[in-house]
Amino acid sequence: MTGNAPGIPIARATGATRHQQIAFLVMAGFFILAPVVIYPVFLMKLMCFALFACAFNLLIGYVGLLSFGHAMFFGIAGYATAHSAKVWGFTPELAILFGTASAGVLGLLVGLLAIRRLGIYFAMITLALAQMVFFFCLQAPFTGGEDGIQAVPRGRLFGVFDLSEAKAMYPFVLAIFLGGFLLIYRIVHSPFGQVLKAIRENESRAVSLGYDVDRYKLLAFVLSATLAGLAGGTKSLVFQLASLTDVHWTMSGEVVLMSLVGGLGTIFGPVVGAAVIITMQNYLAQLGAWVTVVQGIVFVVCVLAFRRGIIGEIGHALKKPL
Amino acid sequence: MKRKLISTLVGAALAVGAGAASAQISDGMIKIGVMSDMSSLYADIGGPGSTLAAKMAVEDFGAAKKGMKVEVVSADHQNKADVGSSVARQWYDVDKVDAIFDVPNSAVALAINQLTREKGKAFIDSGAASSDLTGKACSPNTVHWTYDTWMLANGTGTAIVKTGGDSWFFLTSDYAFGHALERDTEAAVLKNGGKVLGKVRHPLNTQDFSSFLLQAQSSKAKVIGLANAGGDTINSVKQAAEFGIVKGGQSLAGMLVFLSDVHGLGLDKAQGLVFTETFYWDLNDQTRAWAKRFAAANNGKYPTMVHAGVYAGVLHYLKAIEAIKTDDGTKVIEQMKKTPTDDPLFGKGTIRADGRKIHPAYLVEVKKPSESKGPYDYYKIRATIPAEQAFRPLAEGGCPLVK
Amino acid sequence: MEIFGIPTQALFGQLLIGLINGSFYALLSLGLAVIFGLLNIINFTHGAQYMLGAFVAYLLLNKLGIGYWWSLLLAPIIVGATGVVIERLMLSKLYKLDHLYGLLLTFGLALIIQGVFRNEYGSAGQPYAMPEQLSGGRNLGFMFLPNYRAWVIVASLVVCLSTWYVIEKTKLGSYLRAATENPQLVQAFGINVPRMITLTYGFGVGLAGLAGVMAAPIYQVSPQMGADLIIVVFAVVVIGGMGSIMGAIITGFGLGIIEGLTKVFYPEASNTVIFIIMAIVLLIRPAGLFGTQK
Repeated sequence: MTGNAPGIPIARATGATRHQQIAFLVMAGFFILAPVVIYPVFLMKLMCFALFACAFNLLIGYVGLLSFGHAMFFGIAGYATAHSAKVWGFTPELAILFGTASAGVLGLLVGLLAIRRLGIYFAMITLALAQMVFFFCLQAPFTGGEDGIQAVPRGRLFGVFDLSEAKAMYPFVLAIFLGGFLLIYRIVHSPFGQVLKAIRENESRAVSLGYDVDRYKLLAFVLSATLAGLAGGTKSLVFQLASLTDVHWTMSGEVVLMSLVGGLGTIFGPVVGAAVIITMQNYLAQLGAWVTVVQGIVFVVCVLAFRRGIIGEIGHALKKPL
Repeated sequence: MKRKLISTLVGAALAVGAGAASAQISDGMIKIGVMSDMSSLYADIGGPGSTLAAKMAVEDFGAAKKGMKVEVVSADHQNKADVGSSVARQWYDVDKVDAIFDVPNSAVALAINQLTREKGKAFIDSGAASSDLTGKACSPNTVHWTYDTWMLANGTGTAIVKTGGDSWFFLTSDYAFGHALERDTEAAVLKNGGKVLGKVRHPLNTQDFSSFLLQAQSSKAKVIGLANAGGDTINSVKQAAEFGIVKGGQSLAGMLVFLSDVHGLGLDKAQGLVFTETFYWDLNDQTRAWAKRFAAANNGKYPTMVHAGVYAGVLHYLKAIEAIKTDDGTKVIEQMKKTPTDDPLFGKGTIRADGRKIHPAYLVEVKKPSESKGPYDYYKIRATIPAEQAFRPLAEGGCPLVK
Repeated sequence: MEIFGIPTQALFGQLLIGLINGSFYALLSLGLAVIFGLLNIINFTHGAQYMLGAFVAYLLLNKLGIGYWWSLLLAPIIVGATGVVIERLMLSKLYKLDHLYGLLLTFGLALIIQGVFRNEYGSAGQPYAMPEQLSGGRNLGFMFLPNYRAWVIVASLVVCLSTWYVIEKTKLGSYLRAATENPQLVQAFGINVPRMITLTYGFGVGLAGLAGVMAAPIYQVSPQMGADLIIVVFAVVVIGGMGSIMGAIITGFGLGIIEGLTKVFYPEASNTVIFIIMAIVLLIRPAGLFGTQK
């Protein structure tokens, strides 16, 4: 099986084009200036989810594997960070590192189990393993079950800067987001990324060229999981809360939606997709169950008529990858 | 049929921290936020009915005539602690909400409790069960109205053992709330000379209780304690009827049952169920009058004790503001503790130093279909537990506010 | 007498209950297996269609006074019809693309259906009366078996085995199986392949609706009833082998029994045991116990 996935756009791994540089500056500029007019906690939430979606997109856009259980990395890191900050008194950067590392370890375990399968089977096994993680989190004493881990202290960054005010927390989250984003960009536009692309386009040929395909896919999977964990750990410090919602399979579905709306396999797509979905959830939250309906409609419309997603369409119109 | 009520504007505003406490009503307006589960498990227990109760309280208080401007807004926490705390954060930081009411669901309530304390606002909870709200998580900014797990466990457990139900088997919802309920009820049963023959934990939101009920049946315990709530309780009772448990001689004790649950089950399935509540619409003329007004505006659905708690809580809150002329959260809660309460629903009562509102509790039994004479005529009052005995003694809670 | 510390009476009781649950798993995974095996579509909407079946039965009873026995017939047809519409209007456009898009589409549809019903009815669940003829039960000695639950086992076995028979042993079934392997060739023989596909999808969806009607009297009719169940059913289908009809049936019943046993010996794991088994099976036999790699 070659593992080709016709229909899911393949991103081109070339050097940063001028369009991409402009887009990056626009994005960074937005996040730097926006807190003046937009509620900073909302923006921080957005950045965390954007990073999560970018990490997810690394797997689907560049390796061609649809993981339907990515919430497990996001959520486990959230719990690990919350626990280490609250119970062990870690400073925020160590707590987030711990969370990220936990997600990485989980990613390795899951990856070892899942990577040999392809397509639908891969999606199903990630979904099933994510369910196991969910039930583990439901019952393990340290997660607080339905209550979650509450009142997580933000602590002092490097032991010096008090992060409890949004004014201090915001630059920290911004740095993490931009750092993570650039890291993903770098991964994609590297020799490693080129091999991934080769595997994506014709796996058997890559094998015949001597590449250990499974090792590459596993590494990509672990990277994706780790970065999703970075997003999850940061989020639990922003909201000072880690809960079961973060490991539930609907969260996995949401991150798929964000990437789909923004544009699978594009660099900036997940960020835009996350922005759209989170904003929609915020404004429609008062309407309760309508959010689910609207999300479903967006899914259906995107799959039927709008497969390239927002950034994908823009990129297609400009004939440049974004 | 639910009503979707208008809720807050999510505006774009500067997120500057709240200013220092002022000796007047902040921005000239008292903004009350009713946060509940508007669309799922607890929507009938709290939900839009709670918003209605709050509005009725504002009207009955006569705010307009006293020159006080009061606004009621509402939001859905969807039973998720992160949604609830995000909304609360936005309410406090951006929308200038002064106090939050209702919040069924202990996980959300604990999160809001923490947040309210940080921001110096006020939180009057009438929906959640966790006795930690007045125990180790107690706060000078929180009042816990209506009920809690200790009261339920003690009220129901003690009363049932005293009437002969001395061997128990627990069917427990496998999360913090269920465990707390089981633990407190077991303690009450043992204290009164009863025995616990076994327990089984089921996952939250279980559809099928057949295997757990089978275990309960084979234990031959006289009483099967349902340490769960909402849909799980309804399913357990329904399926217990199917398996002939009550016909086989065992009785069911619901640890947390509301009027709306009984209505959903129907009297033929729910008859004989024994549990504790702190409000029933048919207690006296005042409660009846209020309930009829409520039902008329609520599609004919009668109020649960949670709704009553919201109404009474808002009334007392507004009275406190009227007295001290400021809506600073910490000060208002302090005033609420200083003044005895008096409302048509719970009668006279007090709020203790740990934030616990004290009022009598009632052990009720669900009527048989033949005994019910009108809509929502569901309960027989078996016993009244006086206020001082109904709730956990002040010293035992582990609340740091209690010296 | 005791086996591993559990009295045999209790054990048999739990096994029987496991069999009952297994009946639902089997019915649902049968529908999924038919749809995937023959059409290569992952029908994430299956859980929502199961819920639809229950709600249609509920509405038929409360709005039109149509009782359980008629609903057993009507509800699957109505739900199956909605399936046909979905297939014609939306799914058929995705056949040329990666199968994952089908998964995403059905996922989105599931969200829509569930959201609409949650809006209308809240999550609390509606009661549905047990049909007169099936209420009550008999005391088997080791447990009290409600008649309705016995009926579920019987009905489910009948439906599963007849479906298997039609697909594996009849001419119609062989056309269907041939059409999935080589649609052009079969079409060249004059068989209307697209229509067969549509009807097959409708049939699989109808099976979900049937399971929903059967669930209505014993479980609450609630918009959430399919949401978590669907993932378990996926696991069942994956373990059984995604294309295998008999595999889905056997695994469905088998897993119900295993889950029942787990509830006796180690209840905390009863949620996860199915996924653990699935992970193990996928490692050893990736195509499932009865499946063939496609």
